[in-house]
Amino acid sequence: MNPELRELYQDLILDHGRHPRNFGGLDGYTHKLEGFNPLCGDRLTVYLKVVDGKIEAIGFEGQGCAISVASASLMTERLKGKTVDEALALFEPVHQLLMTGDLDEEESESLGKLTMLSGVSEFPTRVKCATLAWHTMKGALSGKSDGITTE
Amino acid sequence: MDTSFAEAQEPVDNGPDAMDRVRAARADFPALNQMVSGMPLVYLDSAATTQKPLKVIEQITDYYHRHNANVHRGVHELSERATRLYEGARDKIRDFINASAREEIVFVRGTSEAINLVAQSYLRPRIGEGDEILITEMEHHSNIVPWQLVAEQTGAKLRVAPITDSGELMMDSFADMLGPRTKLVAVAHISNALGTINPVQEIIRLSHDRDIPVLLDGAQAVGHMPVDVQALDCDFYAFSGHKMYAPTGIGALYTRRDILESMIPWQGGGEMIRKVSFEKTEYNDIPHRFEAGTPAIAGAIGLGAAIDYLEALGRPAIEEWENELLAYATDALNSVPGLRMIGTARHKAGILSFVMDNVHPHDISTILDKEGVAVRAGHHCAMPLMDRLGVPATTRASLALYNNREDIDALLKGLETVRALFQ
Repeated sequence: MNPELRELYQDLILDHGRHPRNFGGLDGYTHKLEGFNPLCGDRLTVYLKVVDGKIEAIGFEGQGCAISVASASLMTERLKGKTVDEALALFEPVHQLLMTGDLDEEESESLGKLTMLSGVSEFPTRVKCATLAWHTMKGALSGKSDGITTE
Repeated sequence: MDTSFAEAQEPVDNGPDAMDRVRAARADFPALNQMVSGMPLVYLDSAATTQKPLKVIEQITDYYHRHNANVHRGVHELSERATRLYEGARDKIRDFINASAREEIVFVRGTSEAINLVAQSYLRPRIGEGDEILITEMEHHSNIVPWQLVAEQTGAKLRVAPITDSGELMMDSFADMLGPRTKLVAVAHISNALGTINPVQEIIRLSHDRDIPVLLDGAQAVGHMPVDVQALDCDFYAFSGHKMYAPTGIGALYTRRDILESMIPWQGGGEMIRKVSFEKTEYNDIPHRFEAGTPAIAGAIGLGAAIDYLEALGRPAIEEWENELLAYATDALNSVPGLRMIGTARHKAGILSFVMDNVHPHDISTILDKEGVAVRAGHHCAMPLMDRLGVPATTRASLALYNNREDIDALLKGLETVRALFQ
């Protein structure tokens, strides 16, 4: 198989794509936003329950490709229990990782499992799939309520 | 006066040799001869846009090398040549779709612009609150949104005839929806997302029984099957050049002469006028009344060259070749475990939409791309159709005259990789 494909579809990505964690709506959420990628029709909604500046619970639902679902799943896993500031601070390095596949050692370490998404950078048409959940999370925590698109 | 600009064409032989010509035609398309991701390119996205034969590319180059000038104005040699070539392309289109007169052919940017022209210039002055425009569930956005715009502007209603799960228009419902308030019917000749060939003759007959004019969106049809607008008796026929081996940015709208004569201009500018003063402007005759500004001259010439190319190969032979390939590809895809075809109408053209268990179309197309196979994944500019069929998106492989069985085999091999990863 093509090595770039192998790099993109790592087992962990396929696993999260097939069995997304924190999948489903959330009772008592404080933030909710729908994200939409008009290019491919991917649509997902991110729910967050924030108490005293801390993300107590997070979930998402919707449909999308393996990359967008895996990215959303990994994101929810990572953000649960983090503060809003910590969550927002993750956006930039993750975005850079997805765009360039390149981070310095310190940043790379701080992202941990999320670095599994780096293969996306070799597929320019797929970067938006991977960033959809992150844009949506950022929009939700920034108080947007009218949906967000990747365009 | 003889207003024809086209040179006479040799009669085309459609015998057994014609199939051999089509089989060999792949070599005419330089872009097909390249490697992608280290694999030979297999181009199965011709419903999005076709590749261009060398003859079309050469004609465009030749025009810029030797004849480039503005049309209809200059008295100098180059302008006269450019005009002859440009208007010659109009004659070729007239012959190609068997319009009764060259004036019935308006050059446009493509199908979308053609439909917008009809919406604004024909329909808008003739439609009012409570009137209806009838389309179908399988339309491309370009045969939905222009009508929605008119509906918003006038208070008219857009009505949508349903389709079956296999992607066929429900003719009984369609007939029932034709009413005294229906001002226009607009239907795809061939569905871009499903490949369904609509029973357009029957649609036109039913509509004309009630004096309702019919527009056919011919974007997916005109490069793949013979089209005769007089035999069809349609009122409008819209198509793009780039889906029939010509460049992007050029297309044509056929409108029956008496209708076109009655239509108001829709864009103002040079070319579409006869006489201008600050008080009043006299408009030019058809078709120029609808061609404001300097047109896509090279594009039109390229479209003319594409028509010559198709006529030389023979359209019946092309249709037969693509039908054989469609049958082969349908059988092949149906043999893939977990794959479901979307669009299984009895009358189909070479468009194969499908979904696979546990894999999103976007992932399928990424994997195929790395095998050199170009397909389209997504909603195919038909979001309402995707909603109707209950799928977010499909993967679509679409055929053209240059495809062959090896291309389908490569697609199947790529789908094996998909299954190895995902199933």
